[in-house]
Amino acid sequence: MLKFPPNASADSNSLDNNSLDSNAPDLSRRGFIIGMAGAGLTFAFARSPLSLADPIESASQILAEGAFEPTIWYQVQKDGQVVVNIAKAEMGQHIGTALARIVADELEADWEQVTLNYVDSDPKWGMMVTGGSWSVWQSYLPLSQAGAAGRIALIEEGARQMGVSPDQCRARSGRVIAGDQSISYAELVRSGNISRSFSEDELKKMPIKPASQRRLIGGPAQALDIPDKTDGKALYGLDAKVEGMVYGRPLVPPTRYGASVKKLDDSAAREIPGYQKTLILEDPSETVPGWAVAIADSFHAANMAAQKIKVDWAPGETADIDEAAILERGRELIESRDAGVVVVNDGDVEKAFAEADSALDAEYITHSALHFQMEPVNALAREKDGIWEIHTGNQWQSLILPTLAKALGVPQEKVVMKTYMLGGGFGRRLNGDYAVPAALAAKALGRPVKLVLTREDDIRFDSLRSPSVQRMRMAFDGDNNVTGMEHHATAGWPTQVMVPDFLAEGISGGKYDPFAIQGALHWYTVGGNRLRAISNDLANETFRPGWLRSVGSGWVNWALESFMDEAAHKVGQDPIEFRLEKLKAEGKNAGSAPNAVGGASRQANVLRRVREISDWSSEMPADTGLGVATTYGQERNMPTWTACVARVRVDRTTGRPTVEKITLVTDAGTVVHPDGARAQVEGAALWGISLALHEGTRFENGQVVDTNLNTYTPLRMRDVPEIEMEFVESTETPVGLGEPATTVVGPAIGNAIFAAVGVRMRTLPIRADDLLRALQGESPTPEQ
Amino acid sequence: MSTSFRINGQQAEVDVPGETPLLWVIRDDIGFTGTKYGCGIGLCGACTVHVNGRAVRACITPLSSIAGTEVTTIEGLSQNGEHPLVQAWVETQTPQCGYCQPGQIMQAAAMLKDFPNPTDEQIDHVMSGNLCRCMAYIRIREAIKLAAGRMRADAREENPGADHA
Repeated sequence: MLKFPPNASADSNSLDNNSLDSNAPDLSRRGFIIGMAGAGLTFAFARSPLSLADPIESASQILAEGAFEPTIWYQVQKDGQVVVNIAKAEMGQHIGTALARIVADELEADWEQVTLNYVDSDPKWGMMVTGGSWSVWQSYLPLSQAGAAGRIALIEEGARQMGVSPDQCRARSGRVIAGDQSISYAELVRSGNISRSFSEDELKKMPIKPASQRRLIGGPAQALDIPDKTDGKALYGLDAKVEGMVYGRPLVPPTRYGASVKKLDDSAAREIPGYQKTLILEDPSETVPGWAVAIADSFHAANMAAQKIKVDWAPGETADIDEAAILERGRELIESRDAGVVVVNDGDVEKAFAEADSALDAEYITHSALHFQMEPVNALAREKDGIWEIHTGNQWQSLILPTLAKALGVPQEKVVMKTYMLGGGFGRRLNGDYAVPAALAAKALGRPVKLVLTREDDIRFDSLRSPSVQRMRMAFDGDNNVTGMEHHATAGWPTQVMVPDFLAEGISGGKYDPFAIQGALHWYTVGGNRLRAISNDLANETFRPGWLRSVGSGWVNWALESFMDEAAHKVGQDPIEFRLEKLKAEGKNAGSAPNAVGGASRQANVLRRVREISDWSSEMPADTGLGVATTYGQERNMPTWTACVARVRVDRTTGRPTVEKITLVTDAGTVVHPDGARAQVEGAALWGISLALHEGTRFENGQVVDTNLNTYTPLRMRDVPEIEMEFVESTETPVGLGEPATTVVGPAIGNAIFAAVGVRMRTLPIRADDLLRALQGESPTPEQ
Repeated sequence: MSTSFRINGQQAEVDVPGETPLLWVIRDDIGFTGTKYGCGIGLCGACTVHVNGRAVRACITPLSSIAGTEVTTIEGLSQNGEHPLVQAWVETQTPQCGYCQPGQIMQAAAMLKDFPNPTDEQIDHVMSGNLCRCMAYIRIREAIKLAAGRMRADAREENPGADHA
């Protein structure tokens, strides 16, 4: 059975098998068909099973009759153009280019003739989701096999036409070659004779080229989506237009849940030219309770009107909740031994602590953090010929389609999401809730509505990164060996709120959000080891927690890698040496094929390499220090081995830390698109700095206090340090790259601050005021 | 009341209230959508256009203030993508999501008039007004330097004595 992603983890408690099985494109028990359809030769995974016992007489006939439901497919057109369908969101990662190069490499296509087709939502594409840094990892094998099957069919037909046997032929750059004869793919397609199918079994055995024969994968390439992003041609959701549309700006209620409109007075708005009316939304899907939408001929008029409309809301129950209350609830839950779900329980943790010679205990905090993707969320909705069209950029069409159908009161097959470029995803657009008010407004009005959230609306409606509280404990014997470890983590759980089906089974009974504890299933051998994940119910009630770039690893690794540093200093050991000692590729940390070959030894390797290239042992100037952190990225079953050293200088008069240099070593297996990979690591590392030093907000009265750039201050060009990065050369399974670097930078900075001035910061973001107070001998501000 | 101005070399006459931000006039009334909305308070730079050759934030520029001026948007900066900045942006593979990049390019184009040979410090100083959430800053800086070098070389070719001035 062909099954993606390969379920290969040997870990009994791996959360990833559970979460990813339901995510993977379902290509099991399928064959592959190749035949003439439409404008060219089509290559498609068949939805119904194909087997050798059930031969396909004419694939072309099946394709022509439409008696197939392809999932991932591509087409060679009569002019030789290879069109690769991309069912992933393009949000800056150049995913279309990477996926097309995987197909084209095995197909031996001419890269100059490859184009991308970003598809609209349709059940035939299977689960449509772009997130978790999964895309290349999940698609690599099926797309390689699809390319190889195509090449075989083209070679067979080329051989037939040239009067030679297939084994005398090879394919290169869109041609089948035999000795001094050759024939182009375009000519083969124009002759229209190809009809071929591969059974599930044949596809499973399809040989993939050895790494030495790759011609595109790992080589330099310009991303195909870039030119249109330099001259204004690229179309984002905000640029969508249809005939007869009106504009809407929402009136966002004071609480995320439970609000209703008591009274609405739009009399002051009526003098605004172009203002039409205000709709109070009725939402059967309960996505946007208490919302109203000001409708006008132009966005400007809707925006002006919204500012003049007076709404009296009955708020929900969380109207008084602030950041301190959410964090305090987290602490209470950690104190309660019954709360949450045990995810890891290795060895005898009780015994380790009972018999410990000494122990270390620390609490770590991260504050609320916003997506602040550049393009505020928006959507255009209209009904056309009985189909509801939703025009918007989105990362998880399959998640929001059922909600849209419920909101509109139509079957799901009557809703289609049109595809646009995303003005930033970072996980915000995994939650497509912003499409719902557009659809409701269009239905209520009976005409197309383009709903645009202002920046402030977007922030107040953000599915932000939850505040978190974590408690770490470590037990040591008389020789300062680590004998046990505990990690308790609480935060709002996005998956619990939005996709309960994706929750994973804990080992203590109960379910947990695997995404909210990512990064904590570490590869250190520490004796007894217990990990408990706890959902913060007050966070879940106050806002809708979101997946923000690197999700759980973003806060979990802050605690884990800061704590590892504290532990190293406690026992007087070099922080890299301390970690290396515990990264032993044995037992559950030995790793397994195909995703985690080498296990902990590969994490040790990137750590050793970052030590070599970061001048780790060099003398530092005054108030300047080096800090280290390492991670396996998101998921134990898809480890991206990453190590980082940050060089930080602290200004003792202001408390301001300045990051002078970041050094990163990444082992992501095979790197399909090296320049794109570097761009992802650059961006992810800078996100790490931004989240550590420049961002962070807090709740007050049920809402975040920072709603625009006047007070929310992401990293700017002037804050960019020197970045040195290296990828480990590898031919192992390619894994994700969009997020791992985000998770190591924060703790590396915190650890560097300790190395520079001897102050331990345990709260993210690190604020200069807090650091200054600590330098002056006061402890950092106790968390309110 | 209608307002007249030139945009990307063409005459435009727009009949919307004078306080309407230029951003929405350009996008929704005229139809050039390369200019983007990001923050609405002039702090992200995604809406940067040129008015009489100077970079302005279109989201906080009322239509009434640009009557009689020449407005240039990303669509008018470059015919067929031949502007050295546009080419450098592609060569360095700068854009990720790309949403802020028209604003970045327009800001950089204006900067190079003032600082044809910008230092890192000058680039940081001017370009820190433009937020890139993908954080493609390293490549933005690299692309500006690449384009600036070529623009200076082109200027020398056209006016060989200029170096000694």
